[in-house]
Amino acid sequence: MAGCVAGRAAQYVTDFMRYAAPTTVDEALELVQSEPDSRVFAGATDLIPQIRAGRPEPALLIDLKRIERLVAVSHNNGTWTVGAATPTSALTANTEFSSMFPGLSEASGLIGSDQIQNRSSWGGNLCNASPAADSVPALIVNDATAVIASNSGERTASVAEVVTGPGQTSLSDGEFIIEFQLDDPPANSGDAYLRLIPRTEMDIAVVGAAVQLTMDGDTVASARVALGAVAPTIVRVPDAEAALVGSRLNNGTLDDGTLAAVAAAASADASPIDDKRGTVQYRRQVAGVLAKRAAQTAAQRAQGAS
Amino acid sequence: MTVTENPRTTEHPRTYKYVGTRPVRHDGLDKVTGKARFAADLDMTGQLRGAFVRSPHAHARIVSIDTSRAEAMPGVKAVVTGDDFAELDPTHPEFDTAVNLMARTESLYSGHVVAAVAAVTASQAAAAAAAVEVEYEPLPAVLTIDEAIAEGAPIANPTNRTLFSGDTEPSNLASVNEFGRGDVEAGFEAADIVIEREFRTVAVHQGYIEPHACVADCGQDGKATIWASSQGHFAVRAKTAAALGWSTDRIKVIPAEIGGGFGGKTTIYLEPVAVLLSQKAARPVKIVMSREEVLRATGPAPATKITAKIGATNDGEITTLQSTMHFDNGSTKGFSALTGAMSVASYKLPNLQLKAIGTVTNTARSAAYRAPSAPQAAFAVETLIDELAQRLDMDPIDIRLQNAVVEGDATAMGAPHPKIGFVETLEAIKNSEHYNSPVPQGAGRGVATGFWFNIGEQSSATVNLNEDGTATVITGSPDIGGSRASMALMAAEELGLAVDRITPVVADTESVGFTDITEGSRATFATGMAVVNACRELIEELKQRAATIKGVDVAEVDWVDGAAVIEGQDPLTIPEITAKAKNSGGPLTATASLNAAGAGPSFAVHVADVAVDEETGQTTILRYTAAQDAGTAIHPSYVEGQIQGGSVQGIGWALNEEYIYDPDGVMENASFLDYRMPVASDLPMIDAIIVEVPNPSHPYGVRGVGETGIVPPIPTLANAIAAATGVRMTSLPMSPPRLLAAISENAGG
Repeated sequence: MAGCVAGRAAQYVTDFMRYAAPTTVDEALELVQSEPDSRVFAGATDLIPQIRAGRPEPALLIDLKRIERLVAVSHNNGTWTVGAATPTSALTANTEFSSMFPGLSEASGLIGSDQIQNRSSWGGNLCNASPAADSVPALIVNDATAVIASNSGERTASVAEVVTGPGQTSLSDGEFIIEFQLDDPPANSGDAYLRLIPRTEMDIAVVGAAVQLTMDGDTVASARVALGAVAPTIVRVPDAEAALVGSRLNNGTLDDGTLAAVAAAASADASPIDDKRGTVQYRRQVAGVLAKRAAQTAAQRAQGAS
Repeated sequence: MTVTENPRTTEHPRTYKYVGTRPVRHDGLDKVTGKARFAADLDMTGQLRGAFVRSPHAHARIVSIDTSRAEAMPGVKAVVTGDDFAELDPTHPEFDTAVNLMARTESLYSGHVVAAVAAVTASQAAAAAAAVEVEYEPLPAVLTIDEAIAEGAPIANPTNRTLFSGDTEPSNLASVNEFGRGDVEAGFEAADIVIEREFRTVAVHQGYIEPHACVADCGQDGKATIWASSQGHFAVRAKTAAALGWSTDRIKVIPAEIGGGFGGKTTIYLEPVAVLLSQKAARPVKIVMSREEVLRATGPAPATKITAKIGATNDGEITTLQSTMHFDNGSTKGFSALTGAMSVASYKLPNLQLKAIGTVTNTARSAAYRAPSAPQAAFAVETLIDELAQRLDMDPIDIRLQNAVVEGDATAMGAPHPKIGFVETLEAIKNSEHYNSPVPQGAGRGVATGFWFNIGEQSSATVNLNEDGTATVITGSPDIGGSRASMALMAAEELGLAVDRITPVVADTESVGFTDITEGSRATFATGMAVVNACRELIEELKQRAATIKGVDVAEVDWVDGAAVIEGQDPLTIPEITAKAKNSGGPLTATASLNAAGAGPSFAVHVADVAVDEETGQTTILRYTAAQDAGTAIHPSYVEGQIQGGSVQGIGWALNEEYIYDPDGVMENASFLDYRMPVASDLPMIDAIIVEVPNPSHPYGVRGVGETGIVPPIPTLANAIAAATGVRMTSLPMSPPRLLAAISENAGG
């Protein structure tokens, strides 16, 4: 039976797990320290299915959504600060954010269903450390930074450095992500994220591809390409980026040679596995297809951007 | 309140006052507000929760089971194993069902139940189930049709004997049937064009949204009450009694609302286990399966391997069909191959040779799934016919019209078809706006047909008139597709009472006469006929009462539009008669029972437009129209719902649904995340066209409509994909990876 436990943070005890909902980062850090078998969570949209599927239940669950800073979104002096537990639906509904980062907004809007969108967050999507996480390739091509809290203070790390393997992160015990920082993209930039799922929603990416481009007139000045679900972590595709830089948009389209080079580079850098969601052959082939399509969309958006 | 009319629906040929209208179903408000009670919603005082111990092995001998640690755990009140169950002779008709719900000597598939526990809470029960220690000796497993029929294959289930064979030795063949007519070799010689292909399909699940659930309460008198979600509570009673070795009178089954069955709830998995746990613990026991358990251990439809060879003349006349069909029953014997072979007879086939082989493997025991085995058979035959039309440059509807069976033509088994509406259904699509619209740029259009025999079986109905002239219609058919509304509509038409003055009730096994399972699209046909018969008997009694009240001879009384009419007098309405029931002979009630014959087959023709992304293999359905003969649509909205629901399940089967097993026979995708049924956004509106060729064997012309809708979608989409890409898909699912591989191979070759 649920019952209240004395303490500053509201805590509830079930047969197996304690639940705590701190309201400040410091309280949360204290709780993490207080119980070695604790787990912080934001929307719990991965955590609950994992426990239901038989993962060991942690002794203490710490809900980060009551901490104001973790669900706040601000835009000051050319930098976006997004609380790590902010529901992705708040981002997709934010028109200023979505017009600046359409690809990242779309990627964030692909996680689960509408109901899941009201719970899911960048912090959870990143720290679940699935190679198929939809928001992460788009965060990486937009050069997002994670702000990480621990008892020794705050530090920052590039989002690309956080995940080290399936279910594995570079965060130390006692650390958790509190917010993300994103600089406004340079003028004439655009991003795009595409994923392949066998259905139209409510599914896990078989392949994901994110591209961010900045144009100088008709010419691609810089490019970032990242693939999801084709390796243990999100992979950048330098050869595809190199193929894009210097290429030109003609009548709104990149030339076939560039697109073919992007596709070939993406397929080559994909090192997927055969599993119930897709084969090696299929994932390689589709990684190329999605990378070139995302590049095309990003380029068009970059040219359309003021 | 009425449901919006669908303008595409054809008018039914006879005019009725209530039949053919669209009232909101009587159980509808409770279902949309969450008030309806499904088995998992029921909680009894003192109730325990049950949990299963399942074998991880596809095939293993059970060496020993030690329950002592589990029994000592907190909250645990009872543990049962196979030793607690009655021993049944392997020839007993319920032997396989009984062994499937509790393994005895061997685990026959991964997920097979080997023990069960009951504890105070669900988590205590789960923890105790995990503490039951089972020692297994793994045995060689047979996982596919090819492995089952390979020479020297290990025996998957040592109790299996080939049906109809008289063999006494164990075999991996569940059944072997051969039938046909004419001379197929002569037919192929007479053909100008012969096409032969091999088709493969994998196991798929019915995907009902409600997991199996029941509550059992065993009393000190040795009797048990069971609340269960099923397609037939009399069958739950019979199968539970057989598995326990009990007499039928010891078991009462109360039907809970059912959240989908599609054939998968025509058998049982839980109830005898719950009864034994309840008996041991002397407390009610509730068992609710998880989705993972549902997928691992209940009802897949059979995987198949079908070779089919068809011949036709240059003018489109089909001369011959020859097919060898393997259907995999999973861990026990069954009739899946036979019903598959029976389902290929939609065309005049002077020469026909069918060989139907059921196999037994160490995978979950298959169960009926909506028109069982017909979709797989239609995939093969309807693909070949599409190819014939393509090679002969004929319209795919025209070649079917040319060869379509009509009344009197032979079915696969040889018996003549009764009056059927295949031609009318083909014409409905041929004349449809969809079929006459241009195929969208870059898309492909596919057409296919299908049918289901439908069955009659036994039903009972009681109609009670209440004191105020309202009526209660009591049947024993669980309402899985709107049958309450259909029963009320037919009773309304007979009695001349408004539909909302009739309360349709599904009663328990002690409150209504024996009624077979809601299966074979039979409820509206057969149980409806029992309702009509009871109403007609009641009308005779009403006329008698009117005669008594008015002091005239009953011969002077007519029944017109819900009232007794006597010349020269005011008509006597039902409320006026029931108000005087006490002094005219007592309560007004009538009961009818029957074993219904003459179920009319229902034919369907579907057309789909699809676009295929040739770089990713993704198929998008742009437009889908399904026409089906309902005989007479009692409630057109629910007929359309059946047509649409069957279409959607067939679409899922065609495109993405599949059981994925690891090399050891463990299902890898036992969740709705990775067992990919269609979601709403995957589908276009399914336009339903109701064709009405009344069944002469039913008072209102009803043909069952529940099953046929799932038969055409697989070949419809395969044919549309072929039109869009030039690639003939002969294996399922036609998922993006498989389709892209086929497109790439086609381009390369």
